[in-house]
Amino acid sequence: MNKVKRFLGMALAALMVVSSAAGCSSDTASSESTGEPTFKIGSIGPATGNNAAYGLAVQNGAQIAVDEINAAGGINGYQIEFSFEDDESDAEKAVNAYNVLKDWGMQMLLGTVTSAPCTAVASETDNDRMFQITPSGTAVESVQGHDNVFRVCFSDPAQGAKSAEYIATKGLATKIAVIYDSSDVYSSGIYSAFAAEAENQGLEIVAAEAFTADNKTDFSVQLQKAKDSGAELVFLPIYYQEASAILQQADNMGYKPMYFGCDGLDGLLGVSGFDTSLAEGVMLLTPFSADAQDDKTQAFNAAYEEAYGETPIQFAADAYDGIYAIKLAAEQAGITPDMDYTEICEKMIEAMPQIELDGLTGIGGITWGEDGEPNKDPKGVIIENGAYVSMD
Amino acid sequence: MSFLSYLINGISLGSVYAIIALGYTMVYGIAKMLNFAHGDVIMIGAYIVFTCVSSAGMHPALAVLISIVGCTVLGVAIERVAYRPLRNAASPLAVLITAIGMSYLLQNVALLIFGANTKTFPEILTLPSISLAGGQLNITGTSLVTIGACIVIMICLMAFIHRTKAGQAMLAVSEDKGAAQLMGINVNGTIALTFAIGSALAAVAGVLLCSAYPSLTPYTGSMPGIRAFVAAVFGGIGSIPGAFIGGILLGVIEILGRAYISSQLADAIVFGVLIVVLLVKPAGILGKNIQEKV
Repeated sequence: MNKVKRFLGMALAALMVVSSAAGCSSDTASSESTGEPTFKIGSIGPATGNNAAYGLAVQNGAQIAVDEINAAGGINGYQIEFSFEDDESDAEKAVNAYNVLKDWGMQMLLGTVTSAPCTAVASETDNDRMFQITPSGTAVESVQGHDNVFRVCFSDPAQGAKSAEYIATKGLATKIAVIYDSSDVYSSGIYSAFAAEAENQGLEIVAAEAFTADNKTDFSVQLQKAKDSGAELVFLPIYYQEASAILQQADNMGYKPMYFGCDGLDGLLGVSGFDTSLAEGVMLLTPFSADAQDDKTQAFNAAYEEAYGETPIQFAADAYDGIYAIKLAAEQAGITPDMDYTEICEKMIEAMPQIELDGLTGIGGITWGEDGEPNKDPKGVIIENGAYVSMD
Repeated sequence: MSFLSYLINGISLGSVYAIIALGYTMVYGIAKMLNFAHGDVIMIGAYIVFTCVSSAGMHPALAVLISIVGCTVLGVAIERVAYRPLRNAASPLAVLITAIGMSYLLQNVALLIFGANTKTFPEILTLPSISLAGGQLNITGTSLVTIGACIVIMICLMAFIHRTKAGQAMLAVSEDKGAAQLMGINVNGTIALTFAIGSALAAVAGVLLCSAYPSLTPYTGSMPGIRAFVAAVFGGIGSIPGAFIGGILLGVIEILGRAYISSQLADAIVFGVLIVVLLVKPAGILGKNIQEKV
């Protein structure tokens, strides 16, 4: 046994020496001997653990965009190299992953995927002056206060406000009950923005019921109060795990209102053992729906399905748009790979508010404010026959 | 009418707490230790049923039976491997810490085997709900089964302890281990039997908990486990009727507090009431009733 261990240890050590040597030689090879430098874009997200579905989708979506751009001649004539590091959706591991990518020579960062790690990494990139665009970090503080950080998705308050606006303009309901997680930043952030905008839109919130992370098995009280309040629609700014329990319990008590949620509900149909017929008619506001009929979405779906054998989710589309946003801004700024990353960062910050991206997650065009927030139209989708169908 | 509905929901939730609390209180009464892994045995029981029904396509009744046997074996094994060697350790903290460690071990093993994704528990109690007062009051079949099961289990346990030899042996061990041994009672065997019964109850509690609230994750058992522990202390730890009353009261206070005071403060209310009760009656509601102590 000991011998085997020692042998394995030596083999590993040998492998590390070889691979680091290989790393060195390939670096010099690409930048010196061939004389063709490349843009190095890094990305960080959960490839394992609880939120692995999100991280893997980002990795895949970004890879498709990178391959497309490289095939079409690259950015400003230079090819892109793309590297993805796993952070298990953990802030500390994300910072470690960021340092690994910096050692690799990263010049721009597409990430991170989830909010809390994104906030941690954003402070690092701000200190280092590294350009960062997150495909899906929704927390306000992931972007705000850092002039070098942009995002593709909506922030939490923006989702809340857009939801209220959407419900009002579509005339879905006037009496609304909300069930939210008061111990979660995402959920309570959406709720407070929703409540503020609902008032402007003339919607009446007849019941606002909270639960907490320690208290999320029994929803009978919240549902009973929503029912008693006469709400026509229940707004669920929560993640799909709790939503599946709420739908089930509402069905048990014979309560059948309309349901409306945000991007956290994306994934509801994938809960193992969940009776998806309960989700029929659930509406959610998401910037991307895979069944959209435009050419861009169809082409992306086809490429994604061919490469990874599944239908892309919103996170993949966010990442795809993130890479194209980098490309547009890089062309606007006229950057080249021989610049160091701080110089690239300053030029990109200047260029971002000037571009308009016709992306998957904003068909009418996405523009960015200097605060890093995107301006785009959300899409409403409804679950019909076990699939997401566009409501617009 | 909604008050009645809240009350029934509260009693139903409380019944689950009560069944879990019975396991805590029996083990405490006899082995004088807090088995913090009890909540996680519930989770394992629920996963066994989930796997048997969803993956193997077994009949629910068979699955529940397998789960009860599985949990019983698990409980006895935990006692044998992790707790018994420490029973005479110098500090009572040793076995407490081991129990906490066992709790994390079970959670992480479940995480490894079943993954972190939420599983929806299959509907195995397919009873129609009862609609009263023209649809105003809706009582789910699961609630009725839960409340019924809780009462039946408590009556059976009381009968077992007071009417059988093994039960009398448990009473004797809980009074004085050393003296019981001198009287020829197999103390190790009695404690193992206690763990077996407690873990079998955990399997039943797991099925009832997940039937009422069908989201199953490796952490499903931990919060209800802690609440049930509170219920056991509330009712007077070591007392079987105490665990029953404590569980029901805890469930009712939790639901009514959430309904009429604030849905955000549910936990603060529950634990606030606990503190008040313990200040007034430090041994819990039925804590002084030595006759019932097991």
